[in-house]
Amino acid sequence: MIRGNMVEFRKDIFADERDDNLNEIGKPTRRQDITGHVTGRSPFFDDHLFEGLLHLRCVRSPHHAARIRRIDTSAAQRMPGVMRILTGQDVPVNLNTLLSLLDFGIDDEPILSTERVRYKGEPVAAIIAETEAQARDAVAAVRVEWEVLPHVLDVEEAIKPGAPTVLDIYPGNKFVYHGKYDHQKLRLGDVEAAFREADHVIEGRYQMSPIEQAPIETCGAIAAPEQNGRYVCYTSTQALFFSLGTASKVLATPSSRLHFIGGTVGGGFGGKVDSIHEPLAILGTMLTGRPVKYAWDREEEMQVGAPRGAERWYLKDAVMNDGRILGRKFTGYFDSGAYTRLSSYAIIKGVGHLPGPYTIPNVHADVYCVYTNRTPATAMRGFGITGADFAIEAHMDKVADTIGMNPVELRILNAYRDGDMKAHRRLAKNCALIECCQVVAEKAGVKLSPEMQAASSRVGGGGARAHLPAFTATDEHGRVSGYKATNYARKGAKPPDLPGAPPMAQHVSHQASASAPPAPQHSPATPVPPGPPAPKRAGPIRFSSLSGFRRR
Amino acid sequence: MTFKPISFTLNGSSKAAFATEGQNLLDFLRRAVGDLSPKYGCGQGTCGACTVMIDNVPQLACLVLAESVEGRAVNTAAGLANGPRLDPLQEAFMERFAAQCGYCTAGMLVAARALLDANPRPSREEVIEGISGNLCRCTGYEPIIDAILDVAEGRVQA
Repeated sequence: MIRGNMVEFRKDIFADERDDNLNEIGKPTRRQDITGHVTGRSPFFDDHLFEGLLHLRCVRSPHHAARIRRIDTSAAQRMPGVMRILTGQDVPVNLNTLLSLLDFGIDDEPILSTERVRYKGEPVAAIIAETEAQARDAVAAVRVEWEVLPHVLDVEEAIKPGAPTVLDIYPGNKFVYHGKYDHQKLRLGDVEAAFREADHVIEGRYQMSPIEQAPIETCGAIAAPEQNGRYVCYTSTQALFFSLGTASKVLATPSSRLHFIGGTVGGGFGGKVDSIHEPLAILGTMLTGRPVKYAWDREEEMQVGAPRGAERWYLKDAVMNDGRILGRKFTGYFDSGAYTRLSSYAIIKGVGHLPGPYTIPNVHADVYCVYTNRTPATAMRGFGITGADFAIEAHMDKVADTIGMNPVELRILNAYRDGDMKAHRRLAKNCALIECCQVVAEKAGVKLSPEMQAASSRVGGGGARAHLPAFTATDEHGRVSGYKATNYARKGAKPPDLPGAPPMAQHVSHQASASAPPAPQHSPATPVPPGPPAPKRAGPIRFSSLSGFRRR
Repeated sequence: MTFKPISFTLNGSSKAAFATEGQNLLDFLRRAVGDLSPKYGCGQGTCGACTVMIDNVPQLACLVLAESVEGRAVNTAAGLANGPRLDPLQEAFMERFAAQCGYCTAGMLVAARALLDANPRPSREEVIEGISGNLCRCTGYEPIIDAILDVAEGRVQA
């Protein structure tokens, strides 16, 4: 019998959601791979031995931003054990963006940079040598002539006019969604009206650090020739088919010729999806005919391993004396680092999470994916959500402190109840924040008022709280009213001109409605921010529900 | 490249293999001898994934020169089990869910074995001290500490 710490289930909270005829859920069980772990026999990528294994190491930029004038490998070429030196010209398709496999985003990142580097540690050449020590020595013998360029490391500095441009395809240092929008926008009701009516307007600025996943096994891959022009690749990847697709694209080689073996990952946490190592290891084996290992050492893992991107959030809440939050305004800057990787997608997730699990009738958010000369950011456990939650919950505490309210009660008061309208025009269901708060308060010895103790996610929601506001302020260009949840997602449907729906109970009365522009404006005249033109795309167009991008 | 023959005892068996000049014990064990249980995590002596015992003292194989084990006894996680019979620590790690990705586990088990060999009834604080040189990023330390205490306090029999 497993003696793991038993998870405490409060089945009553999800009584109508649960199927108790489950064999495994709710009971501790042994991992199927744990015998291998405790006997030291689990096969991690580096536990595959090859006769004649070569080692690949990269020459990296010492600068945050620089132009590459010349790469002189002649001395390195003569070093003992050096078999081959790769530069960008050797990579068949030397430009990629990770989400191109989903047709989301423009290829922006070279495998080995040829003209410019945009972050400290960016690779510009790769040495393949008989031993790792020889590869290190040869890396040190490569001479690169750099022309150091100005760099920018702060998200708000990066979007100021005149800031150094990180990527020429994104001249404002902002990712461009759908080929034309430089941020993600969320609007419900009218926050400015809420601020006017509120007893308190409470503002906060929240900045998180980039966070390195720091797996104990560093990222890496070993490739070797197989038969019939195929190559085998043992990899630490968390995303085997993602890495397979990326390698196939970068090497212009059908995936049927690539035999990927993974599945045993020495800690990943999101940091092993970037498919950095597989293409170069396979390219190395293609060009030398010998097995090639490309793995980061610990210093590289920490310096160039892509972290959870740092986020900066500005929050502004309209709060009543009794704790009701009438409005919440966000401005968010997500530090993507020098390339896109997964940050544009993280922001879609993050904006989908606003304004947190609270029924707030007036919400306004503008969130930007910003390029800086930092290490590119990537996935890490809930990325896109965690940073926003940190800001939201820190701000909830600040609100509670400002108005002198118990912070748990503030959350219960404002929590989603079943049937409430969320800022994304979807109805909340299966809510349990109130119950979680009650359990936490009980365990922490925080005394709740009888009213808060009696609150329930299933009581008090819906009704007027299910209605969309009659009026939603969009921006300075126009105002839109009359959306219904069912219309929002219908492809190609023109939003109907409905007279205003009844306002939410908590919704601010809209004194501007009398003087508002007479007709709902569905197509504001000039909503398009400056940005590059949408790239020309061949083939029929269809809509991706995942990314919102039009796909071939 | 010069090679040096090294004779030593690995998990109770006599071994001989060639080490290259300046090769560390971790690389030697993995590449030249074929014991893959010690892992590379940092190469700087900070993570403990390569922990092995040399003459019953836990050492970091990445910081030990291969040639220094000439004539000595090296024990690794691969030698903890006696045939099909697992070490009680291995049983306890399985029962306590003390290994998630498994990468730090081999080094952690060797450190734990060294601790219990030297101090069969450690306190919780002594267990924490005993594995303080071994980093874990996903399992979490509590199940590992609980597993070691299960063995120390006789709750797990091999």
